[in-house]
Amino acid sequence: MSNEFRGTDRYIATDELMAAVNAAVVLSRPLLIKGEPGTGKTLLATEIARSLDKPFFEWHIKSTTKAQQGLYEYDAVSRLRDSQLGDPRVKDIHNYILKGNLWEAFDCDVQPVLLIDEIDKADIEFPNDLLRELDRMEFYVYETRETMRAKHRPVIVITSNNEKELPDAFLRRCFFHYIRFPDTATMTQIVDVHFPNLKRELLHEALTTFFKIRETPGLKKKPTTSELLDWIKLLVTDDIPPEALRSDDAKKLIPPLYGALLKNEQDVHLFEQLVFLNRRNAR
Amino acid sequence: MLVKFFFLLRKTGVPVSITELLTLLAALKAGLGELSAERFYYLARTCLVKDERFYDRYDRAFAAHFKGVEDLFAALERELPADWLQQLTVREFSDEEKAQVEALGGWDKLMETLKKRLEEQKERHQGGSKWIGTAGTSPYGAHGFNPEGVRIGQEGGRNRSAVKVWDKREFANLDDKVELGTRNIKLALRRLRKFARQGVPDELALADTIDATARSGGWLDIKMQAERRNAIKILLLLDIGGSMDDHVKTCEELFSAAKSEFKHLEHFYFHNFIYEALWKDNRRRFNEHTSTTQIIRTYGTDYKLIFVGDATMSPYEITHAGGSVEHWNAEPGTTWLNRLITHYPKFAWINPQPQSRWRQTASIEMTREMLEGRMYPLTLAGLDQCIDALT
Repeated sequence: MSNEFRGTDRYIATDELMAAVNAAVVLSRPLLIKGEPGTGKTLLATEIARSLDKPFFEWHIKSTTKAQQGLYEYDAVSRLRDSQLGDPRVKDIHNYILKGNLWEAFDCDVQPVLLIDEIDKADIEFPNDLLRELDRMEFYVYETRETMRAKHRPVIVITSNNEKELPDAFLRRCFFHYIRFPDTATMTQIVDVHFPNLKRELLHEALTTFFKIRETPGLKKKPTTSELLDWIKLLVTDDIPPEALRSDDAKKLIPPLYGALLKNEQDVHLFEQLVFLNRRNAR
Repeated sequence: MLVKFFFLLRKTGVPVSITELLTLLAALKAGLGELSAERFYYLARTCLVKDERFYDRYDRAFAAHFKGVEDLFAALERELPADWLQQLTVREFSDEEKAQVEALGGWDKLMETLKKRLEEQKERHQGGSKWIGTAGTSPYGAHGFNPEGVRIGQEGGRNRSAVKVWDKREFANLDDKVELGTRNIKLALRRLRKFARQGVPDELALADTIDATARSGGWLDIKMQAERRNAIKILLLLDIGGSMDDHVKTCEELFSAAKSEFKHLEHFYFHNFIYEALWKDNRRRFNEHTSTTQIIRTYGTDYKLIFVGDATMSPYEITHAGGSVEHWNAEPGTTWLNRLITHYPKFAWINPQPQSRWRQTASIEMTREMLEGRMYPLTLAGLDQCIDALT
């Protein structure tokens, strides 16, 4: 197994993405990934773990997540209850320290991959609380007065949807990569990977329609890769012929099963109007 | 060499620090950026740039600093990939153009000259009529006007040359000096949040409870606290109609972002400048006025005052009584603006006009002076400054 990430059989990575991932793996620095929703940010970590054959840990961040929860939590309430019941376990504080995802990853015997998903969802101070942990890959457990050090510096992938600015000090410690929306060539490869037996014409028509929709000015939410894949799946299941997708085929105003691509009734409405105008102009 | 590049990046406005330069050097030492200009470009970008907003500036700095250097990488590869050049050109050329190529002495001759020129040429080239580069009239290069032109590295899928990647500047629209969408605005406005506990205490204050219980020797002593809420209050005054029509879209975006972001948001409209009355509904603007004095009385000084307007009008509309284009105003606009900004210590004016045009418009300069310079362009960077002024 080579130690270089080059995408996998179900994940197409561009050259720039590979360069970023490999830099992060070799220097074991966290890699911060940004990009439009649906461009495979979260999937990347899973695929790195799969392709490099490393154990995988994930830590999903919510608005209420605290940095401490990723390290460990001290369950004082159980200990209090156990002490009331006279449980002998109460003597040892280690019984009440619950390990977090970061601890698990640090404790792993081989180099693991850790995903910290959607870090921008958390409180604005969250990244600052993880500075030392991500830099030195160690933290101090106050309750037991021990320092927990990573056995192997994990490959850390952090994703962000840009809802909050991340502090500079945090950014300094990371590598950064912005996943651009794939161009037609890359998109063809991506679809190929997911639907290997797709008919050429259908793929061609679907992609043309897809990029045309994306270029529609004024859309509130542009369809993304994951939505395209969903849509193609529907097209395949319903066995829709490629001709049905051609927009100059006047029978249908908008592409079939458009609900998979456009997620907002204003967008659907706008798109219908545009198609209607186009048809009228074409006559 | 990299140190120079590092300082060039800083000069271009990419915030890079020594730590990041050292990381890049460590990565190069580990053999990550070898053998191709493109790989080095990606690696350096991953290490040095931490926000997609700066990708464009990075590209520019990279192109400026490394011009000509890609030849070094090319020298490592020795051969000019003639076969793809040929392939590409064959596809690009029409029959007619091919005939013209023949006129120049045929395909082989053309390629030979191209190779010779490539050898002669020492650095990247743009414009002009002989060297190989972009946007010239020489037969060699990309985006040229010469029908016999050989396209080098233009949008060619896999084989595009390394130079193109940064010359394309695809991230141009992510630079924070340009226009913004709703989400970006929300993000910027979010910095204005100030959480405070106000109102009915209906949440269990766990830490306080434990503390109080421990202090009273184990007797349960429950403490409550109010929920955390965004306590910021905004008074938004928007210019509408006339010269503002060009900026309707951006202002709509700003408004809808602000509306979803702040609970205490009051908005009023005005036309061109502030006078004795403002209104809430543009359809009934002539019937339902709220007087400016009433607004000052109703909304306390803890409100932050934000004007949105292009401040583009005749100077008389600002300085003279009766200057308004719509009605007879008894007192000049300056008086009303001064009343507002003396009442609200935190104020700012967001101007959708590009900042470069401000100096040419007398009324903008006048307004800016009255506002003690607190006028900011409607861009992400401008919004950030505006928020700094408000906090």
